[in-house]
Amino acid sequence: MEAHNDNWKIWEVFIRSKNGLSHKHVGSLHAPDAEMAIKNARDVYTRRSEGISIWVVPSESITSSAPDEKDELFAPADDKVYRHPTFYDIPDEVGHI
Amino acid sequence: MEFSPDLRTQHLLHLADNALILGQRLSEWCGHGPVLEQDIAIINTALDQIGQARMLYQHAGKGMNPALDEDQLAFFRTENQFLNFTMLELPNGDWAQTLVRQFFFDTYNYLQYERLTESSDPALRAIAGKALKEIGYHAQFSAEWVIRMGDGTEESHKRAQDAVDRLWPYTGEFFESDGFSAEAAVRRAAPLPSDLQPHWEEKVDAVLVEAGLKKPVLQWFQTGGRKGQHTEHMGYILAELQFLPRLHPEAQW
Amino acid sequence: MNSIKNQEPTSETIRLEARFQNYVDGENKVEPKDWMPGAYRKTLIRQISQHAHSEVVGMLPEANWIGRAPSLRRKVALLAKVQDEAGHGLYLYSAAETLGVDRRELLEELLAGKAKYSSIFNYPTPSWADMGAIGWLVDGAAIANQVMLCRTSYGPYARAMVKICKEESFHQRQGYEIMLYLSKGTPAQKAMAQDALNRWWWPSLMMFGPNDAESPNSAQSMRWKIKRKSNDELRQEFIDKTVPQAEFLGLSIPDPELRWNEARGHYDFGPINWEEFKQVVAGNGPCNRERLEARRKADEEGRWVREAANAYAQKQAQRRAQTSEVA
Repeated sequence: MEAHNDNWKIWEVFIRSKNGLSHKHVGSLHAPDAEMAIKNARDVYTRRSEGISIWVVPSESITSSAPDEKDELFAPADDKVYRHPTFYDIPDEVGHI
Repeated sequence: MEFSPDLRTQHLLHLADNALILGQRLSEWCGHGPVLEQDIAIINTALDQIGQARMLYQHAGKGMNPALDEDQLAFFRTENQFLNFTMLELPNGDWAQTLVRQFFFDTYNYLQYERLTESSDPALRAIAGKALKEIGYHAQFSAEWVIRMGDGTEESHKRAQDAVDRLWPYTGEFFESDGFSAEAAVRRAAPLPSDLQPHWEEKVDAVLVEAGLKKPVLQWFQTGGRKGQHTEHMGYILAELQFLPRLHPEAQW
Repeated sequence: MNSIKNQEPTSETIRLEARFQNYVDGENKVEPKDWMPGAYRKTLIRQISQHAHSEVVGMLPEANWIGRAPSLRRKVALLAKVQDEAGHGLYLYSAAETLGVDRRELLEELLAGKAKYSSIFNYPTPSWADMGAIGWLVDGAAIANQVMLCRTSYGPYARAMVKICKEESFHQRQGYEIMLYLSKGTPAQKAMAQDALNRWWWPSLMMFGPNDAESPNSAQSMRWKIKRKSNDELRQEFIDKTVPQAEFLGLSIPDPELRWNEARGHYDFGPINWEEFKQVVAGNGPCNRERLEARRKADEEGRWVREAANAYAQKQAQRRAQTSEVA
């Protein structure tokens, strides 16, 4: 297989469906370079007018957090209830704050 | 079918036939492309072409007496009533031949449709407005592929050069400026094809240079499409395209 | 997890597997980097890649009629539909790739004849009515399966299925519409429609796979919530939904034993010819060889194209590197 240099690398595709929203991961595809990746993403992921802006990123460039560190990374935020507005008692008479 | 359209209708049919025959050819790639992503891409182009053909047939048919619909025009005309460029009916060949043909034609078509957006025919102007965006994308896509193949591997370079040499003789037809084309230009419905040639050559030259491909010196060109004279391949396209409705002329599908 | 590293690997695995099962039982989704049992990963790779292969091979019987579609409206609809199947194959290969395999490896297995795909696509499409029957019955059967898979436990697979189901909704409608025109059309058209239904009915029922009793892998897949309904359940649902649709068309389903069972609240139906199913799966269907040959030809003839694009990309990257060095 590797005798041939015909395997295109993988890109992750992010699409902004309309202005005001952020780009959202929609999937991946194979392309030889960034220009083609954009075109392929347009043809593959916006056939039904799903987007107005595309990002492509080589999958190998993405660094992700390790799932077995999930607890260390994310559990400490769980008990910081004072970061949420419902933590604070405001009398009803005050109205909406 | 008794059929003697006027020059105005012939011009619209010429535009529509180009789109339909190329779309029909491109759709043969469906399921057979070099990689899934490109299979999808080339089918998008085929869909755009057939979509353009439908709008143009509808427009042409409405102006006829009696009026004809898109399917009557696509499925019940004979070979010599089709007015498309002969280049578009040639077999797809390999990816190089398909994309070089696409590049030659897209480049011409973009220049043509750019001018059609200023047509004196309002319906044609509206169709062109929509089509131009599609064609702009096709032209970019095919030019990029010509460059990739020309400047890719030894094999792709050879195949691309072979495609350029093979298809070049069919490009002369684009710029023939007599008959319905001259009449459309007089009405300011469409540009005179020969006016587009310098721009076309400029663009084509630039891409061929970037691709490292040689422009053929040959200046003897094939002709006939605008007059309904076709290559040996056209009969087979129509046999495939038309057989079912012709077998059941009274049927609705 | 660090604290238990010293424990014996087998009990560690057992503990992790129990935790995994518990997690899945709680209707939680598994994501690519999460720990998962080796067999779960293997099952998913097999199932998702088979599904992807089915989409891609499934393009061929319908692509057979794009050039001959009898109206321009039908032509663009069919072309768009078959193109969607390429897209669905792509989404699914992408989902499989999140499990650590490469699309190329999966493709090589398909081309070598080692991977399976839905054997329905080994049946021929000699008639235009087959475009109607495939859309109505084959897509109908596929959708039943796919709707269930939208809730599958593996996140990327579930997300791909959600996208696919959304896009598929027009496929079955376009198929049924073709059947509607044919069955209300000329006598020749109606005969065409009936003939297609006769040929596609039983293979469509086989699409749901062997009876539950004969399908040992199913039970494990259900436990892992990869699959959420059994083959027989899905098949029954499909029949119950499809019979009235055939009646509306005025076409008859080629099963003399088919009748409504008031007590069960379902249609009873005749025995499926599982010998035919086995033979087609084993490669002896009418079109197995042609389908694989077509895929091989496309792949081989596409190799120089893929190589050219890679070579160009590498040259361009080098050129950019050189220019930035100079600057």
